[in-house]
Amino acid sequence: MGNDIFSSEALFEAWQIIKTQFPLAIWETIYVTILATVFAILIGLPLGILLVAGEKDGILPLPSWLLQILNVIINLLRSVPFLILMILVFPLTRLIVGTVVGTTASIVPLVIAAFPFVARLAESSIREINPNIIEMAQSTGASPMQIIIKVMIPESVPSLISNATIAFTTILGYSAMSGIIGGGGLGKIAINYGYYRYKYLIMILAVILLIVIVQIFQSIGTYLATKTDKRLKRK
Amino acid sequence: MIEIKNISKRFNTADGIVEALNNVSLSIADGDIFGIIGMSGAGKSTLVRCINMLERPDSGTIEIDGCDIGKLSERKLRTVRRDITMIFQGFNLLMQRNCLKNVCFPLELSGVKKSEAKKKALELLDIVGLRDKAKAYPAQLSGGQQQRVAIARALATNPKVLLCDEATSALDPTTTNSILELIRNINEKLGITVVIITHQMSVVESICKNVAILDGGEVVEQGTVSEVFTHPKSKAAQNLVFPEMESGSAIINKAGDRIIRIVFNGASATETPLIARMAVQKGIEANIAYASTKSINGKVYGSMLLGITGDKEVVKSAIDYLTRTSDVMAQEVENYG
Ligand SMILES: Nc1ncnc2c1ncn2[C@@H]1O[C@H](COP(=O)(O)OP(=O)(O)OP(=O)(O)O)[C@@H](O)[C@H]1O
Ligand SMILES: [Mg+2]
Repeated sequence: MGNDIFSSEALFEAWQIIKTQFPLAIWETIYVTILATVFAILIGLPLGILLVAGEKDGILPLPSWLLQILNVIINLLRSVPFLILMILVFPLTRLIVGTVVGTTASIVPLVIAAFPFVARLAESSIREINPNIIEMAQSTGASPMQIIIKVMIPESVPSLISNATIAFTTILGYSAMSGIIGGGGLGKIAINYGYYRYKYLIMILAVILLIVIVQIFQSIGTYLATKTDKRLKRK
Repeated sequence: MIEIKNISKRFNTADGIVEALNNVSLSIADGDIFGIIGMSGAGKSTLVRCINMLERPDSGTIEIDGCDIGKLSERKLRTVRRDITMIFQGFNLLMQRNCLKNVCFPLELSGVKKSEAKKKALELLDIVGLRDKAKAYPAQLSGGQQQRVAIARALATNPKVLLCDEATSALDPTTTNSILELIRNINEKLGITVVIITHQMSVVESICKNVAILDGGEVVEQGTVSEVFTHPKSKAAQNLVFPEMESGSAIINKAGDRIIRIVFNGASATETPLIARMAVQKGIEANIAYASTKSINGKVYGSMLLGITGDKEVVKSAIDYLTRTSDVMAQEVENYG
């Protein structure tokens, strides 16, 4: 590397690439990450709630074999490295999106990789709820569904928001990796220019942008989690 | 009318089987304020949780107005629970909802319209004296205020029975008294039957009409409060009435003395102690056999045993004198020792 990464030609070339490719790449990164997070939450949140509610002394006891199977699936999916998982879900991706390359196609493996993680995060949020509150709801005549919708979820909103932020930033990291199999975004730029063509400046810039995006979303998440938490005394 | 008939409940724990309730039978009349008192682990919470079937007894039945609620489906049971509401030691408010929304909670569950629920909730907050806190969140309230909100919530579905599991145990004596006062008002004005679970004598003495003493999962004594507390027969009852017996400290008492038990429940502390004043004004000499009182914010709480030499008449005039002071209760006790 040395000084030549800052030579005037290198800088000029970098500027051209930034102008032409970065806006789209940033947009793709954010769009893929948000969509993947939303889908992962849609699957992971109910699953996480089920893991708590379905326990033997939970509000909606499930057969223990079913609970066991859910746990095994989650653990299995969580232990497969993301790169390999991407390849493994090719058939599923083709079924859903029609192709396995491209930005939209990368959402499928991201969701498959992220929903078990989200389920565990949701599980831990739901477990934080004071069991006496659940008992209160039962003694008030709440049905299991009412307990989930009116007590479990609303009472753990701040914790769920923090955990959604963690999920988002983790998925962002995965999405950068999906550049390898043709997913778009900043990850693709970093790999294409930095790894394949030794344009380190571009790679560094792409990484810095990823860091900035993580910082921004983390700050928003933390702000929302604090703001929604009514347990914090405010005058 | 709540009829508890021969209920037993065991738990399998890591340390073996715990017999939490053993053949417990009680009947609680409509409009009563019924106390269930016992030491920690006696089975009080288990018993009260059986009354609304949060805990299903292994055997025995619970009948509410003649209906065996153990036979009801979960769905029916949920409707019955609107008639038998509960307040708790830890208040158990929904922390992410404001007070108004907390009181609306049971109404939401039963599908009452939003506007109606809100109207009802505001009325109830008025009853418990917290209308101005409708928009406040539980974390912004004191313990006593939180319990008031919980009471308002418990009243939302117009219940027939209010179960209170250690509802005042987390509160200081002054707040405890104000909450008990509120519960008494509710019982009188709304005619709601109240079941009070506690380990505190003073709570039973100041509010309950009838009491059952639970010990090791069994009802060892029951009757009216004055009957049980003046003639404690069982060891457990004596331990509760004479806490000093348990601690094993000796009681200074002359043989042949009659014993009066005094309970201070927030009586104003005066410069001249009550007993000294009695000696001066009534000429009744009392020997303090036991005293465990504390003064909080200029108010006295606790109990005392007085030994008095003399006949029934002397004792009667002593009791008359003592009870003239407000928030002081006095009774002659027998079977002591
Ligand atoms: N779910 C449970 N599983 C196992 N054991 C239990 C359970 N609930 C209660 N017990 C046991 O049953 C006994 C009675 O408990 P319970 O909570 O009814 O007592 P309590 O009188 O309410 O005591 P405290 O004043 O401490 O609240 C105790 O020995 C307790 O350990
Ligand atoms: Mg208890």
